[in-house]
Amino acid sequence: MSARQIHGIVRATSPLNTFLRLLLFAILGLFALYYLMPLFVMIATALKPLEEIRTGTLISLPQEPTLEPALRAWDSACVGVRCEGLKPYVWNSMAMVIPAVIISTFLGAINGYALTKWRFRGSDLIFGLMLFGAFIPFQVVLLPMARTLGILGMAGTVPGLVLVHTIYGLAFTTLFFRNFFVGVSDGIVQAAKIDGAGFFGIFFRLMLPMAPPAIVVTVIWQFTQIWNDFLFGVAFTVGDSNPVTVALNNLVASSTGVKEYNVDMAAAIIAAVPTLIVYVFAGKYFIRGLAAGAVKG
Amino acid sequence: MSGQASRALAFVRRADIWLPKVVVAPSFAASLFFVYGFIAWTVYISFTRSGILPRYEWAGFVQYVRLWNTPRWYVALENLLIFGGLFMVGCLVIGIFLAILLDQRIRAEGALRTIYLYPMALSFIVTGTAWKWILNPTLGLERVMIDLGFTNFQFDWLVNREMAIYTVVIAGVWQSSGYVMALFLAGLRSVDDEIVKAAAMDGAGPFRTYVGIILPMLRPVFLSAIIVLAHLAIKSFDLVIALTAGGPGIATDLPATFMYAYAFQRSELGLAAASAVMMLVTIMAVVVPYLYSELRASRK
Repeated sequence: MSARQIHGIVRATSPLNTFLRLLLFAILGLFALYYLMPLFVMIATALKPLEEIRTGTLISLPQEPTLEPALRAWDSACVGVRCEGLKPYVWNSMAMVIPAVIISTFLGAINGYALTKWRFRGSDLIFGLMLFGAFIPFQVVLLPMARTLGILGMAGTVPGLVLVHTIYGLAFTTLFFRNFFVGVSDGIVQAAKIDGAGFFGIFFRLMLPMAPPAIVVTVIWQFTQIWNDFLFGVAFTVGDSNPVTVALNNLVASSTGVKEYNVDMAAAIIAAVPTLIVYVFAGKYFIRGLAAGAVKG
Repeated sequence: MSGQASRALAFVRRADIWLPKVVVAPSFAASLFFVYGFIAWTVYISFTRSGILPRYEWAGFVQYVRLWNTPRWYVALENLLIFGGLFMVGCLVIGIFLAILLDQRIRAEGALRTIYLYPMALSFIVTGTAWKWILNPTLGLERVMIDLGFTNFQFDWLVNREMAIYTVVIAGVWQSSGYVMALFLAGLRSVDDEIVKAAAMDGAGPFRTYVGIILPMLRPVFLSAIIVLAHLAIKSFDLVIALTAGGPGIATDLPATFMYAYAFQRSELGLAAASAVMMLVTIMAVVVPYLYSELRASRK
């Protein structure tokens, strides 16, 4: 934040201004409650036994907090016909997100480097054409992708999802790294070339060590996008290979037996925890990714 | 330098001419095939009579004629207008309001910003699941209000055909308004203090300073916020699925859920492809002029 010359427009000097200042805090506080309320409701509900849900209200605190619903959501609640909780699907999501993030980030880094520090005829056009992929509604690739995954023998598998997320993440990762490397002085690269360093030498020994900010932003963006994806997961996987978002939706939507709202909420929290952890510990970079994302939409 | 070393160097240099191209080639090829090729493929399917299985005989505009004669498509479009319009307005109003309040040198600004923005880190499925429970017609908000003494309070929007689409707006605005706040806060911080000072000296009150002077300067921020929100609205899929599953009946169908239902549940590939192409065209109509003006501006 830049230091401002004058304070904000509402200044605490007179009683009126003191009042306005209090009002300001009251409004900001109310909005904070508004954003936190669903999280509170989720956590409170997940800690209540079913009996308390029937008698209490959304905002009542759990009288006898229990981890039973959380445990059920983790390893014994039924998703479809399979009653092993969300656990296997969390592993599916992990198996999907880790390779997809690593591969797409690496390719984005080397693309961004090649397209800025080794410009060749048509490199701007190539970047423009690749960037377009960031804007398309993915509905327009679903049918051909389903067919292609079938032909590759990857339909309904986690590796199939890794492929899909890697490909459609490339536009974003290339964008992030291109924007970063554009700001790196060409002089450094020229000097390294004169010293005899080649394309890969400069990339691995000079550029990557400078790039952690871009790497962190890209990894966080890709991790959040891929972990939270639902469309590709629901379209290209079946049952056992579902990522956690799809399993969560199936768990909540299943209508057999008594509706266990506490288990639903615990399951939602399980699906949300990985991205929330990333947000809490790396919020600054998350926001930077969002700001960069504003350019692409 | 020995002859051998300089020859090795010359080889490295020559390699450096084609290496960048070779490195970018796989990604570019993937983009050509999986983006442009697949769009062409989908467009082609939309011009065939493909049903459960794709058929590749050219059939002209049949699917588009069918699409525009399908009442459910109009439900989806009407919902997109209602949802998209209210979602964008809601996010902009709340986001700008919060950004201006946070711009008043608040001590707890960092913490508040973190709270306002965390929903963006959640999956729409999680958001939908949480709001589905909060808006539960008997056990949810209704029970809270009755408990507070409003014994006649009724809130059944989630299962009410007429009102269900507004629950999607409520959850969507909750999730995305913090993002608009962050965009505008960054914009406000970039406004030159001299201008704010000059306005204050001219006797402009806080309201006039913001509405009359500062916000009009943030046109680019408005533009990118609107583009991002429109893009989110047109692609909205997960949120509806988790919150209402498109229901009651088809009352909250959106183009994205329409496309999915026809492609994967009703096996009408041709019609699904036609609706996907309509979505692409709509997004392009929003994004291409914006990108074009951005690129032109950056060349200047």
